[in-house]
Amino acid sequence: MTTERKPRPRIIRTKLPMPTQNPEDRVDNFAEVPYGYNEAEAMLEAQRCLKCKNQPCVSGCPVEVPIRDFITLIREGKFMEAAAIIKTKNSLPAVTGRVCPQELQCESKCVMGRRYQPVAIGNLERFAADYAREEGEEIPELPKSTGKKIAIVGAGPAGLTCAGDLALHGHKVIIFEALHEPGGVLVYGIPEFRLPKDMVKYEIEYLVKLGVEIKLNFLVGKNKTVDELLNEYDAVFVGSGAGAPRLLNIPGINLVNVYSANEYLTRVNLLKGYLFPEYKTPVKRGKSVVVIGAGNVAMDAARTAKRLGAEHSIIVYRRSRKECPARVEEVHHAEEEEIEFRFLTNPVRIIGDELGAVRAVECLQFELGEPDETGRAKPIPIPGSEHLIECDVVVISVGNDPNPIIPRTTPDLEISKWGTIVTDRNTGKTSKKGVYAGGDIATGAATVIAAMGAGKIAAKSIHMQIMGIEEAEIENI
Amino acid sequence: MYTLIDRKDVTPESVWFKIKAPEIAETCKAGQFVMLRSNEKGERIPLTIADWDPEEGWISVIFQKAGASTYELAEYQKGESLQDCAGPLGIPTHTENAGNTIVIGGGLGIAIATPVARAYKQAGNQTEVIIGARKAELVFNEDEIKDFADELYICTDDGSAGRKGFVTDQLQEMIDSGKQIDTVFCVGPPIMMKFVAKVTEPYNIKTIASLNTIMLDGTGMCGACRLTVGGETKFACVDGPDFDAHQVEWEETMARLAAYKDEEREAMILYKKEKECRAEKMKGDKGDN
Repeated sequence: MTTERKPRPRIIRTKLPMPTQNPEDRVDNFAEVPYGYNEAEAMLEAQRCLKCKNQPCVSGCPVEVPIRDFITLIREGKFMEAAAIIKTKNSLPAVTGRVCPQELQCESKCVMGRRYQPVAIGNLERFAADYAREEGEEIPELPKSTGKKIAIVGAGPAGLTCAGDLALHGHKVIIFEALHEPGGVLVYGIPEFRLPKDMVKYEIEYLVKLGVEIKLNFLVGKNKTVDELLNEYDAVFVGSGAGAPRLLNIPGINLVNVYSANEYLTRVNLLKGYLFPEYKTPVKRGKSVVVIGAGNVAMDAARTAKRLGAEHSIIVYRRSRKECPARVEEVHHAEEEEIEFRFLTNPVRIIGDELGAVRAVECLQFELGEPDETGRAKPIPIPGSEHLIECDVVVISVGNDPNPIIPRTTPDLEISKWGTIVTDRNTGKTSKKGVYAGGDIATGAATVIAAMGAGKIAAKSIHMQIMGIEEAEIENI
Repeated sequence: MYTLIDRKDVTPESVWFKIKAPEIAETCKAGQFVMLRSNEKGERIPLTIADWDPEEGWISVIFQKAGASTYELAEYQKGESLQDCAGPLGIPTHTENAGNTIVIGGGLGIAIATPVARAYKQAGNQTEVIIGARKAELVFNEDEIKDFADELYICTDDGSAGRKGFVTDQLQEMIDSGKQIDTVFCVGPPIMMKFVAKVTEPYNIKTIASLNTIMLDGTGMCGACRLTVGGETKFACVDGPDFDAHQVEWEETMARLAAYKDEEREAMILYKKEKECRAEKMKGDKGDN
């Protein structure tokens, strides 16, 4: 006698891979590399979600996207509803679905990931956001205006998130942006092939539909100080970013065609230098481009150089592959595009030609020694290992410091020795009453999603403060 | 959008714009600049503010038709609007307690020398001005400067206005005459500023140069404008545009200014072609009528 057994659901062990442009084709264009899931693929991947009751994935998300719920909606084919529920917590899902390091956040907590590959949460978020954008989504019903006004400094990920959340509470929000386009690092830093600018534009337009006002070409600290804003607004949030490029203290750093990564990427992304001369901002199209550093920005610069026609696009990094700060996926994409990696190599000087333009980088070879104070093996130079890498463009990508304009022009604002604004990480409060800060200006250069998380935290405490809500009541809002 | 309240050709090579920009006019000071962008495809062009009126809410700039972007900008007419204008940027010129001051403007630098010299004068300094250009028709602002300056000297390369010679000849003569000079401020082509610095250095006269480097954002974000001053890297946009002229690495600064010579040529060829096409089209349209 046999008892009838319920068939066990088949477990799909691996993530459904996203189709991408061929490496050989994509190095000749600036179009996005991954194509994204179609409806069937998204529904299939959504079936892998175990619908855990305690949702560990959400605890890995700085903006607490209701991950299980939106994936369930995708599984049921309710794509618009999926996008809408994401947007209750995340104003920029098409952005985060593309640029978040999910492997370190939500996906790292996914229960599926303990034995198999985690659910492709990022890919699914991207799918829902793209679907809703293409179908045209409705604006949620907004609460009655509270009559409160908040000024936000900088239209980057932190400021935009803070603005979106405050607008959803019924407050009037005005963002002041120094550049001619909103988006911050999303428009000047991250390249088109990783984050198409039309998508950033769309998500910002959505915020404008929620009533957020954006004032461009306005420099807080120059046109008006934070103190002046405080006279007109109920609170000020500073999200002015880590905009000051670090350079290397080596001879030749100011030679012609030595760029900071910020400059190189701003020329190409914000000012569309890759379309020169139709667009009027030029960028040097090097035959051999050396990028110094191995973070995500360095990968962006090296891959950009390739698309601008470089025969050799070379990453020079003083540690080994293991220590690369860039996301695994970015390194992988770079390798597919034949970016050359010179690990355990560090520049000692940049050499110019008779016209003062870069001609080569002189480097030293390193070997790994004992762990240093960061716990990583310390690179030690090998004597006599000097060698030249011939190149006609150098891009320095060794990080950014906080933008100094607000710290310099705002009295009573506590600033750390690194130039960041000191904040309470749980509230975003600064030492100055009514002034909040978050994102790279408070933490130093970090990720888009970390900045968004900080914008969200600040929005919550600004809302509580201006509405006179006590901490104890917080659960009810 | 930023409306052109007025525009005129100052010389055959340079154009004056009066731009409606109340928020800039309100806080602007001598020596500061704006970033201007004509349209969606345009470059961000750094231009020093020539004059401003906080009550009427306008600023003015003077620029030279030097490349495709500035030729295109020059085509904008009164009543039309520029897409972007951000400022005031940079640190204003320090004019307090400068003592006997000589302000030198060469070529387009005359446009910047004018408000700076006025600021020196208003701060209570004895202020004399030297302006220089290749020929008489490129000299401008004489009457404006005469209104406030204690003395105005004009130099042209060909002697068609004022004295024949360079601004440095006039400066050297003033130094040789034993005149007490405490501060020299110069603005113009970098080669001129380099030679002004050379003239004053042996006498230890404090000399300030206003640098108009290549810039992108103008807010300290990119470092396109960087230069070496006293062995240290500085950003002209946020640390300047004024620097100690004796400390500036002039060769490097000049090389960096010429970084996009090839690209500028390419852009100029395209600009001319497009302009010809437009002219042809207009002719064709007329012919149809």
